[in-house]
Amino acid sequence: MDQRAHNTIEQTSSHGELLSHDDVLGSTLSQAERITSGLLDKVEEAITHYPVSKRSAALPLLHLWQNHFGFIDESGVEWIAAKLDLNSISILELITFYPWFRQKAPGKTIIRVCRTLSCALAGSYEIHEKFCKSTGIDPTCEGHHGIPTSPDAKFSVEFVECLASCGSAPVCLVNKDLVERVSLQDVEDIIKKNS
Amino acid sequence: MSSLIEHPHPKERRIIFENAGKSDYTPDIENYLAHGGYEEAKKAFTMTPEAIVNEVKASNLRGRGGAAFPTGVKWGFIRRDDGKPHYLCVNGDESEPGTFKDRYILHRDPHQLLEGMIITCYALNIHLAYIYVRCEYTHAKEIMEKAIQEARDRGFLGKNIFGMGFDLDIYFHEGAGAYICGEETSLLESLEGKRPYPRIKPPYFPAVLGLYMAPTIVNNVETICHVKHILRLGSAEYAAMGTAGDGGTRVLCVSGDVMKPGPYELAVGSVTLGELIFDICGGLRPGRSLKAIIPGGSSSKVLRANEIFKIKSKADDGTVIDKEVPLLDMVMDAANLAAAGSMIGSAGVIVMDDSRNMLWALNNLNQFYAHESCGQCTPCREGVLWMSKLSTRMIAEGTQESDSISLHNIADHIAGRTVCAFGEAASWPTQSFIDKFPEEFGAQIAHQ
Ligand SMILES: Cc1cc2nc3c(=O)[nH]c(=O)nc-3n(C[C@H](O)[C@H](O)[C@H](O)COP(=O)(O)O)c2cc1C
Ligand code: FES
Repeated sequence: MDQRAHNTIEQTSSHGELLSHDDVLGSTLSQAERITSGLLDKVEEAITHYPVSKRSAALPLLHLWQNHFGFIDESGVEWIAAKLDLNSISILELITFYPWFRQKAPGKTIIRVCRTLSCALAGSYEIHEKFCKSTGIDPTCEGHHGIPTSPDAKFSVEFVECLASCGSAPVCLVNKDLVERVSLQDVEDIIKKNS
Repeated sequence: MSSLIEHPHPKERRIIFENAGKSDYTPDIENYLAHGGYEEAKKAFTMTPEAIVNEVKASNLRGRGGAAFPTGVKWGFIRRDDGKPHYLCVNGDESEPGTFKDRYILHRDPHQLLEGMIITCYALNIHLAYIYVRCEYTHAKEIMEKAIQEARDRGFLGKNIFGMGFDLDIYFHEGAGAYICGEETSLLESLEGKRPYPRIKPPYFPAVLGLYMAPTIVNNVETICHVKHILRLGSAEYAAMGTAGDGGTRVLCVSGDVMKPGPYELAVGSVTLGELIFDICGGLRPGRSLKAIIPGGSSSKVLRANEIFKIKSKADDGTVIDKEVPLLDMVMDAANLAAAGSMIGSAGVIVMDDSRNMLWALNNLNQFYAHESCGQCTPCREGVLWMSKLSTRMIAEGTQESDSISLHNIADHIAGRTVCAFGEAASWPTQSFIDKFPEEFGAQIAHQ
């Protein structure tokens, strides 16, 4: 049986990364001013995982922050740094290093298309281009610590490097869900479903 | 996660994937216990730590993360009673292009990993361990943390585990999308909350000055899972599955131009590259012929379809002879691939057929390395970007004769001149693509 005939979109209960997207846009308060007790609890819990050095909690806190707010603003950098007894630069230099973190709001649905060899052999450039064209994003745009986002803010599309699913190439992540053996038809379906 | 198919190929020998491959297998602890889970952890506590380390040494287990370093030897660097804290960091970054095996363990069989970690920590007197996993595995945190909690609730983790007076805490730690964090010293810097610039060896061998400057073992997810099976089968039986000095089974991940790509768990040294591609993976697409194989993740040197290798082997009377081995007859293991001038690496096999353009493929990899260089060492930061710009320009504007010389030259000046092995990883594709396929890097007109 040719596995390629099968096309699986893994379903999950998760709605994606953003908890409160409507909150992300339009608020005049800084993120640190909008921190919730739920987020605080998670932060405190995460720090307990690192009994030897609090600084180790930097990445977990950045993830929690970004999952909550959609991106990390200046107040977030300062808040996390203060929480871990660090200078702000020690947090900022992580955000600018790691591709996963962003300093600008993304679209509601984030699509990450794998760019690396096995996926490229299986047509990921065409997939990326179609995602971009159907959402009005310039495929050559790099984002600069944000992420290329459609004019209606519904979608962000970016190329990422190997997602470690090369056996079912081409693949992409749609928010938290891995989509395997993506076809051009799947692109249309994904856009329609999330519009 | 559909490329691990339920029914193993007859040549497969599934130990690590025995459970993960079953579609009705669930990751909860009850199910794991129903499948004989945690029996080896319990057994470990009836053994002395030294006996466990000796079993791992005798098993000939080699690391599955990339360097194929003998695990028992690495463990031997830790002195249990030196009065220092020791740490275990499991490497689940799985970032080498072409590699996709740890994902099945992390998502489908989390307790197998935890059991391997418990045995390892007991053997090495470790009371705090981390599992470092790439954040692109968006559900792994939830699954692994649930498993950790289940194990705690049963008394398999936390204080006085299994009632044996031994304490152990395990935590899950997410990366943030950087390939370099798979390199073990970068992983440690990342785990310490710093910019993950690799540390220089010597002196910063993890087993000497690792996490928080304490002796630390970094092992790949698959490597740690094997430990459980070494105790289950005994080192002699485990070692006998493999070849001399390279025991057990190993997951080979095949992708690219084959009909049935996927992760295949095979006894070490039990198949040739030809059997792997044409038998197990169902061959190439109709009407296509083989052009190139990248055998051990994108960083390993490419092999050309019609290559013949001179490989030393022992004749029946014990004398060492040079045997001529065509590519497809080459046994797929660490020793043979090293003899062929490449490496088993992370065992990510990327296959390319005759429809592929090697300049285009190299450019794809150059862009990967340019994106992923951490920027610490000048030859790598500048050189890898330069190579990527050069190969991009060669595709867009056509190749001049000096281009391949320049490309090769830049690569030659990166390899061996950097803090970590990323320098080699980024140079080997360029060097080998040009050496093996010179005709595709000569002067040619621009193509679309
Ligand atoms: C650039 C680079 C990337 C690496 N990526 C990984 C990785 O993603 N996963 C992994 O287990 N090892 C990776 N390694 C190898 C690790 O440095 C280390 O050797 C390995 O985790 C040790 O575990 P093992 O002995 O069980 O193989 C990488 C090495 C380099 C130089
Ligand atoms: S190359 Fe796309 S998942 Fe590995």
